[in-house]
Amino acid sequence: MLEGLKINKGAEEAVRDLLRSLLESGRVSGVLALGRTGRGNGGVAYSLFTDPDAFGADGVALPLLPFMPANAGGLLSRLTLKGPLAEPVAVVVKPCELRAFIELVKRNQGSPDNLLLISSTCGGVYPLEVGANDALEERLPGYWEAVKQGELDSDIRPTCRACVHFVPDNADITVALLGEADLDTQCALYLNTEKGAAFIEGLEDLQGTPLLGELEAEPIQRSRDQRAAYREELFAGVEAGLEGLIRTFGRCIGCHACKTVCPICYCSLCYFDSQDCEYRPEVYETELERKGGLRLPPNTIFFQLGRLAHVSVSCVGCGMCTDVCPADIPLSTIFSKVGDSVQALFDYQPGRDVTEEVPLMTFEEEELVQVAT
Amino acid sequence: MEEQEFIPKIVGFLCNWCAYTAADTAGVSRLQMPPSIMVVRVMCSGRVDPLFVLSAFLRGADGVLVAGCWPGQCHYQKGNLHARRRAAMLKSIFETLGLEMTDRFRLSWVSASEAPRFAEVARGFTKEVEQLGPSPIWDEAFL
Repeated sequence: MLEGLKINKGAEEAVRDLLRSLLESGRVSGVLALGRTGRGNGGVAYSLFTDPDAFGADGVALPLLPFMPANAGGLLSRLTLKGPLAEPVAVVVKPCELRAFIELVKRNQGSPDNLLLISSTCGGVYPLEVGANDALEERLPGYWEAVKQGELDSDIRPTCRACVHFVPDNADITVALLGEADLDTQCALYLNTEKGAAFIEGLEDLQGTPLLGELEAEPIQRSRDQRAAYREELFAGVEAGLEGLIRTFGRCIGCHACKTVCPICYCSLCYFDSQDCEYRPEVYETELERKGGLRLPPNTIFFQLGRLAHVSVSCVGCGMCTDVCPADIPLSTIFSKVGDSVQALFDYQPGRDVTEEVPLMTFEEEELVQVAT
Repeated sequence: MEEQEFIPKIVGFLCNWCAYTAADTAGVSRLQMPPSIMVVRVMCSGRVDPLFVLSAFLRGADGVLVAGCWPGQCHYQKGNLHARRRAAMLKSIFETLGLEMTDRFRLSWVSASEAPRFAEVARGFTKEVEQLGPSPIWDEAFL
């Protein structure tokens, strides 16, 4: 099996060529990737492309754009909810999106069959507000310059700067980006699975030499250490105790946007949106009698703690929640911090392996003996 | 006004097949227990969604007890083992956020024949919660 391919083209061009020739040769029927909407002058969104021209030099597709308008893990789950796609589709996503998809597959919310999963060593993505006001384009040269040196732009999502899982786990093909000094002239594709190799082998328009060398090189290690240090720094800022909880979530307006964008929150009817969770007028009365005052809308802390209980075990730390929060609550930091401790409890890493069961859906006979007293 | 003795309000989720029966027997046998546990009968400790526990705490419970069958004795074979993982997860969340709910939450195994053990769990847990004092959430207007 071919393990990798070195292509004498810049990474952006090589990936576009790869996707275009996959489409042209009929090896895939579609590609899911980022692209410009509205004939090229709208915003950026994930799109399904079937026209190879989208990946031409001035095509609308932007497969490597450091931007996440939605977590593609959730989008892939929607596409494959009823079973594998009928025809093969290539997808270009960030490592955390891939992890989210794997978590959803474990919950019977999607199927990875017939998908060619392409990801990259990720240098982080810009917050939504940067992408929404056309400022993204100006930042790209600086972004790629930093990535070449294995560094991160300081304006990317804080979650990304604190992400230690930026090397994709389950990609069929990994595009080496972070720390690749000659990113503009050369592109290294790592073929991690036989499926990935089979799609690539003999592809006419994609000429390259077999790749030697390891993906896990020094710049990757260095970036992981740096990000781990920043992660600690962010985690230290999470306020503790009931007082801290109230200060942190005191700003929550109860819009549930974090839940809406969270790839792991897949329930079609959320308990927190249901009648069960609604405060009836008589409840207001009893609460008021006791407390002499009541925060409105109520239940915001219940919502956040409840979501932590439901999601933390599978939180992939993509940062969508922080990004959409209109009250600027550092949700992703809190969820990652709690997620780390819950996941450590079960020696679990979300999205690592599709055959691993979600810890709360399984158990060991002999474990956690000290929990029950 | 004379200060009243603090009797904790503990919400007890008791499994129908064991802890609930044990609690019943303990009552019938007139074993000494403080009147602190408000019982919610569930069909299995595995029925207790973490949200039940959170909801109890956020409505001012001073303590939450989940009691089920000993491992290997679940009426539904494995519900209690799921409950154990959930309890571990909840404790981990509370600890990470520095919430004292971790000390106010208890999971215990009590079989149907262990009425004295149930009384002991009730006394012991009540005492622990008494020492922690009333839950600060009880009259917290924000929540």
